[in-house]
Amino acid sequence: MKNKIFKILLACVIVIIANVQGFAQMQTEPEMADVMRSNGKIYVVVGVLSIVLTGIFIYLFVLDRKLTTIEKRLK
Amino acid sequence: MIQKIAYYKWWKITAVLLVFYAVVGGILLPVPARDILNETIRNLYYHVTMWFTMIFLLTVSLVYAVLHLMNYDLKRDTISVEAAKVGMLFASLGLLTGMLWAKYTWGAFWTNDPKLNGVAASLLVYSAYFLLRNSMDDEQKRARLSAVYNVFAYVMMNVFILIMPRLTSSLHPGNGGNPAFKSYDLDNQMRLIFYPAVIGWILVGLWILTIQLRKRLIENRLLV
Repeated sequence: MKNKIFKILLACVIVIIANVQGFAQMQTEPEMADVMRSNGKIYVVVGVLSIVLTGIFIYLFVLDRKLTTIEKRLK
Repeated sequence: MIQKIAYYKWWKITAVLLVFYAVVGGILLPVPARDILNETIRNLYYHVTMWFTMIFLLTVSLVYAVLHLMNYDLKRDTISVEAAKVGMLFASLGLLTGMLWAKYTWGAFWTNDPKLNGVAASLLVYSAYFLLRNSMDDEQKRARLSAVYNVFAYVMMNVFILIMPRLTSSLHPGNGGNPAFKSYDLDNQMRLIFYPAVIGWILVGLWILTIQLRKRLIENRLLV
């Protein structure tokens, strides 16, 4: 009777350990944009956004200067 | 006071540099890898910062509304309404960026969610503020009434966007039992870019406000 219980317990332990091993290898890291990074094209994204931002900020600077000249003229 | 800081260049250059840092660093520097979010976790630097800027601008609007009620100076009323306008610009940007983000993470542009509905409700509340202003011709009366409404609008915005979504179940991060992004940022990788990005975008919002304000003040003087 005792022998049988030990055998069943051992079988359970082996099954549990085997499952944990299996699961540990199944879970992978979440996908990230490593393809874009590996072929260097991520810098294209950075470049595009920099161009857009530069354009917007140049517009703001020019507008700022125009307002300053008008304000000086009004004084 | 807002008028005075408009004539200094240093904070505008700082704003430009910080926003460039947020964009270049935000795309190239490493971030935590999480399921569902993947690379879109970088939107923290562009979507969330829009809302921080909106809150800052609407606070400026509130402060000048209350200041106006103290001495009925129309210039303060002008600052209040222009700040609300630029605040609405950043709210719309935050809403659009959020909708695009939601499409690729939640599967839909819009969900029946307390946070999203709260944002829509606050936009309606502030639209009513502008409608109220347009309905009156008398400058003094318009300024006074809209200043009082501004106080209520600000309180309601805080309730709809910040308070209510945290009390019910919401899909949006940081509300209704969901973890906020600071729980993903265990080694402070993202905070290194996020905090300067917030400051940068707030300064950009302030810059746009000063430009809008100076244009409006010039227009008023010419019409008079």
